[in-house]
Amino acid sequence: MADEVTLLDFWPSPFGMRVRIALAEKGIKYEYKDEDLRNKSPLLLKMNPVHKKIPVLVHNGKPICESLIAVQYIDEVWSDRSPLLPSDPYQRAQARFWADFVDKKIYDAGRKVWTTKGEEQEAGKKEFLDALKLLEEQLGDKPYFGGDNIGYVDVSLVPFYSWFKAYETFGNINIEKECPKFIAWAKRCLQKESVSKSLPDQNKVFDFIVEMRKKFGLE
Amino acid sequence: MEDKLSEVVLFGSWYSPYTSRVKLALKLKGIPFKYVEENLSNKSELLLKYNPIHKKVPVLLHNGMPICESLIILEYIDEVWNHAPKLLPEDPYQRSRVRFWANYTDQKIMPASYPLLLLKGEKKQKAIEDMEEMQRVLEEGIKQDFPEQFSFFNGKTIGLLDIFMGVNCYNYKAFHEVTNSEIIGPKNPKIFMWVNALKEHPLMKDTLPPHDKVVAMLKTMIAPTPDV
Repeated sequence: MADEVTLLDFWPSPFGMRVRIALAEKGIKYEYKDEDLRNKSPLLLKMNPVHKKIPVLVHNGKPICESLIAVQYIDEVWSDRSPLLPSDPYQRAQARFWADFVDKKIYDAGRKVWTTKGEEQEAGKKEFLDALKLLEEQLGDKPYFGGDNIGYVDVSLVPFYSWFKAYETFGNINIEKECPKFIAWAKRCLQKESVSKSLPDQNKVFDFIVEMRKKFGLE
Repeated sequence: MEDKLSEVVLFGSWYSPYTSRVKLALKLKGIPFKYVEENLSNKSELLLKYNPIHKKVPVLLHNGMPICESLIILEYIDEVWNHAPKLLPEDPYQRSRVRFWANYTDQKIMPASYPLLLLKGEKKQKAIEDMEEMQRVLEEGIKQDFPEQFSFFNGKTIGLLDIFMGVNCYNYKAFHEVTNSEIIGPKNPKIFMWVNALKEHPLMKDTLPPHDKVVAMLKTMIAPTPDV
């Protein structure tokens, strides 16, 4: 019996991109459904009644919510190819730690950069860049956080790269100047088809953020 | 002579629920460990060395290497000491549901608990209602995901969600006393039954701080700070 896989998503969501990359890495065929978040589909509300959020991975009718939980699920079910988490328990704990760090730091600090002004924005910028620098240190000399191939941390982090034009413009920061290793790593990831096909173009995301800022009355 | 490096050390705080989770997991698995009580207002150099990013407890040290964040530590324990009792189910879908509810607890319930201590009047009432709703969502969700196993997760033994629930709710009476509320009660019958079953479990009784000590601690947390 063939697996039925559906992904309920929203194209600019970095969390959705994580699941897209994981599915692509494993070569899993799936149906992609883009949600209108102002008018959530009955399917989304049924599959994620608790949070009512995307992404939701649906596998043979059963929902898996929260992007990192979905990525781990994909890794465990399709465990015969392209492993995302290392096999050593200590390395796994480290990978989980850094993905959790990305969750705690990058999205919120990045959000401050494009939604706030003045002191709050300055604080957000500092937090954001400090977090990227810590991640650069963690990467060290490895081509990817996963070692020779992309892994769990790469998958959890690289989606935010698609938002960099927005962060740089509205935050008035030059990320390449501050974190050149980070940019080099992101570009290296984009050379992989699983990543390049899963991330929208930075300009498209930028235009979307411009619209969002208008809606929030930030312009 | 025992190999010092294979020693397991837990840095924690007696009133930190995150620390209690790890204590329970280690004891459940029968793993001997050395416990180091941290003074959170004067953190030790070792703690800052082992958790430089977040500077928090708990930190598990194994083979001289640190593991941070309670959920990550519990998964590590389950993988390294992979004998029974297992903290997480074997089936990937069931595992994803355990992780989902653990995440729900940490994302929603934990952050709402401490502020509730500090609120008064209408805001407090609203916070109590919100907390009751979250407990209700948890109860409904767990009933749906694990219909066979309501009291005690993996059937007869304690699993990861029992640990989370036990730690949070073991001292519900202390919380009720200090906030003058009744969040866990017969209106959430399944949770109430589950929590009361956990309270009677010898491992919980042996590990979690007693009622009076928790009441005293909660009272110091809500005591107004003197004007300087």
